Amino acid sequence: MSRDGRETRYEPADACASAAGAAAVTRPAGDTLIVEDLQTWFFTKAGVVKAVNGVSFGISKGEVMGLVGESGSGKSVTGFSVLGIVDPPGEIVGGSIRFQGRELVGLDEIAMRQIRGSRIAMIFQDPMMTLNPVLRIDTQMIEAIRAHARVSRAAAYARAREVLLKVGIASPDERLKAYPHQFSGGMRQRVAIAIALLNEPDLIIADEPTTALDVTIQAQILYEAQKLCRETGTALIWITHDLTVVAGLADRICVMYAGRDVEQGDVDAVLDHPMHPYTFGLIGSVPSRNRRGRPLHQIPGMTPSLLNLPPGCAFRARCDRASDECHREPPVLEYGCDRRARCFHPHFEGPS
Amino acid sequence: MSVFITRRILQSLVVVFVMSLLVFFGVNIVGDPVDMLINPEADQEDIEAAIRALGLDRPIHEQYWYFLVNALKGDLGKSFIFAEPALKLILQRMPATLELAFAAMFLAVVIGIPLGVFAGLRPHSKVSKTIMAGSILGFSLPTFWVGLMFIMIFAVMLGWLPSTGRGETTSLLGIQVSFLTLDGLSHLLLPALNLALFKMSLVIRLARAGTREVALQDYIKFARAKGLSPSRVVLVHVMKNILIPVVTVLGLELGGVIAFAVVTETVFAWPGMGKLLIDSIQLLDRPVVVAYLMITVLMFIVINLVVDILYSILDPRVRLKDVKS
Ligand SMILES: Nc1ncnc2c1ncn2[C@@H]1O[C@H](COP(=O)(O)OP(=O)(O)OP(=O)(O)O)[C@@H](O)[C@H]1O
Ligand code: SF4
Ligand SMILES: [Mg+2]
Repeated sequence: MSRDGRETRYEPADACASAAGAAAVTRPAGDTLIVEDLQTWFFTKAGVVKAVNGVSFGISKGEVMGLVGESGSGKSVTGFSVLGIVDPPGEIVGGSIRFQGRELVGLDEIAMRQIRGSRIAMIFQDPMMTLNPVLRIDTQMIEAIRAHARVSRAAAYARAREVLLKVGIASPDERLKAYPHQFSGGMRQRVAIAIALLNEPDLIIADEPTTALDVTIQAQILYEAQKLCRETGTALIWITHDLTVVAGLADRICVMYAGRDVEQGDVDAVLDHPMHPYTFGLIGSVPSRNRRGRPLHQIPGMTPSLLNLPPGCAFRARCDRASDECHREPPVLEYGCDRRARCFHPHFEGPS
Repeated sequence: MSVFITRRILQSLVVVFVMSLLVFFGVNIVGDPVDMLINPEADQEDIEAAIRALGLDRPIHEQYWYFLVNALKGDLGKSFIFAEPALKLILQRMPATLELAFAAMFLAVVIGIPLGVFAGLRPHSKVSKTIMAGSILGFSLPTFWVGLMFIMIFAVMLGWLPSTGRGETTSLLGIQVSFLTLDGLSHLLLPALNLALFKMSLVIRLARAGTREVALQDYIKFARAKGLSPSRVVLVHVMKNILIPVVTVLGLELGGVIAFAVVTETVFAWPGMGKLLIDSIQLLDRPVVVAYLMITVLMFIVINLVVDILYSILDPRVRLKDVKS
């Protein structure tokens, strides 16, 4: 990063700007979850797939963070890593995940199990596959409650019923007796959301939870999610492709590319003034304050294979600002208020 | 549900009818019963009398009709050798065979499912590889040879277990069974294990394949994400899914186990229907052979029916299809 470049740089207009240009990269902050330099690799026969390779972000109570990125950028694997449910041949090989001050990487299975589904819940991407086809909904909901609390079946049932109503499922008693195949995709997704809410977790990781839902329900779920975060202080990581959702829902945004967080910060700041060329491309190059609220822009080129990714910036092949420098690892640049980007030649003026 | 069962019963009746045709005409094609039945020194008059008595002078379709009518009355003919109703002979020996078959199935399931699930959960461990190698042996070694080896090792060399007969039996609901006495149980163990070996290998393979497939499903990951204990994930979420194919196949195999008991019964001199069949074939006792075949067919059909019903109980998706139809 050339020092003279700083004069033309976009500076957030608030007090946080003073942090800009600090020599050492500050560590991600947040009182609920801090992920630092997370590396989750898959040791496949074809080679090592570095699905998550150095991701850092933090999230605080009541905060909503949008996690966006192309297909295969490692969003879901990041979520699985936080819950400690990465399946072999995948493995967390480095970094740290601190949840409410407690290190989760390397935590023993029994302690981890007490957190899973209770303090941290996840809503999976594919609603059709999330529920066990041979178990009734009530079984699947009640067991989630009773795994963490010594309550009677009746009390657990009542709780399940209450949460189903909350996610907009009418006649919950009838629904609880049903099997997943009797539900539509949207309905199953709502059940999955309800299961995540059962134990009032402190952190919810929602992996594209509204894609299977129609617009009205989607709006309703988003509203409920936001309300939940405001009221109970639950932190929410919302994984999505849809920038409209992020713009309307999230406080912060973290953009992933090829297993890395390439840019993150306050949602308005990032969407109005994307600095990383990838984010810039996503939002589009036409200057407009209203760019946000549009779906992701298609960037020419393909996501690189994560198998044996060459060193340097992974976006290089598709980047119009790439230079020779970009064959090296790009630096993390900070611009106050937790705004950061990994790039040698970031945009400073926002889309223009 | 009842629609489903009614439909299946009607289908079964059709199958029984078709099988009765095949068995009757099949056995008739094999050889002329007159040659087997009648003293070669008998004169023409005696022969004709005998033929009339057996109804063999009638056209074949009429003979079949008599056979069918009698069969519906529960009369499948008289044994030439024992001069007793064939059905009675078979039914007398059926409990021994059923006991052997169920004991074998029981062993196959209680040993096979845990081994298979374990091998499915840890496909790369040494123990799993040993289990799988064992299952290949179970598949490929001939039953009679394994039976003989069992006898040689456990009965002759070690002298731990008896090698022939049913041992002491007790009456359970009017049926003679071996497994309730220690002596009977010791007689039952080797033949049951022998008969179980093939099915056990099958169960191991099915359970392993099922477990490997199910373990990768999102719903298993989701179950873990809920914070369930590994035992609950395996015993409820995985098991309930793999039980569907295992129960189906095993149920369908039960008929096969009963039929294949012939070999084991012969090796261990187990007094069941299989042994009766082999003896009857050797003695050309045709009514017994026909009766055995008809009973076996009937048994297969009843088993399939029960499996279908069990299957629909285990798999809610099947039930729904039925409700719609
Ligand atoms: N079991 C696995 N074995 C090998 N590679 C895997 C495995 N699971 C995930 N990966 C790899 O990890 C990478 C990241 O996957 P991930 O599911 O996190 O992407 P994503 O960002 O969630 O994409 P999408 O938007 O399509 O859900 C992918 O390139 C994928 O190939
Ligand atoms: S580091 Fe270089 S190649 Fe990578 S995004 Fe920045 S300018 Fe483009
Ligand atoms: Mg994903």
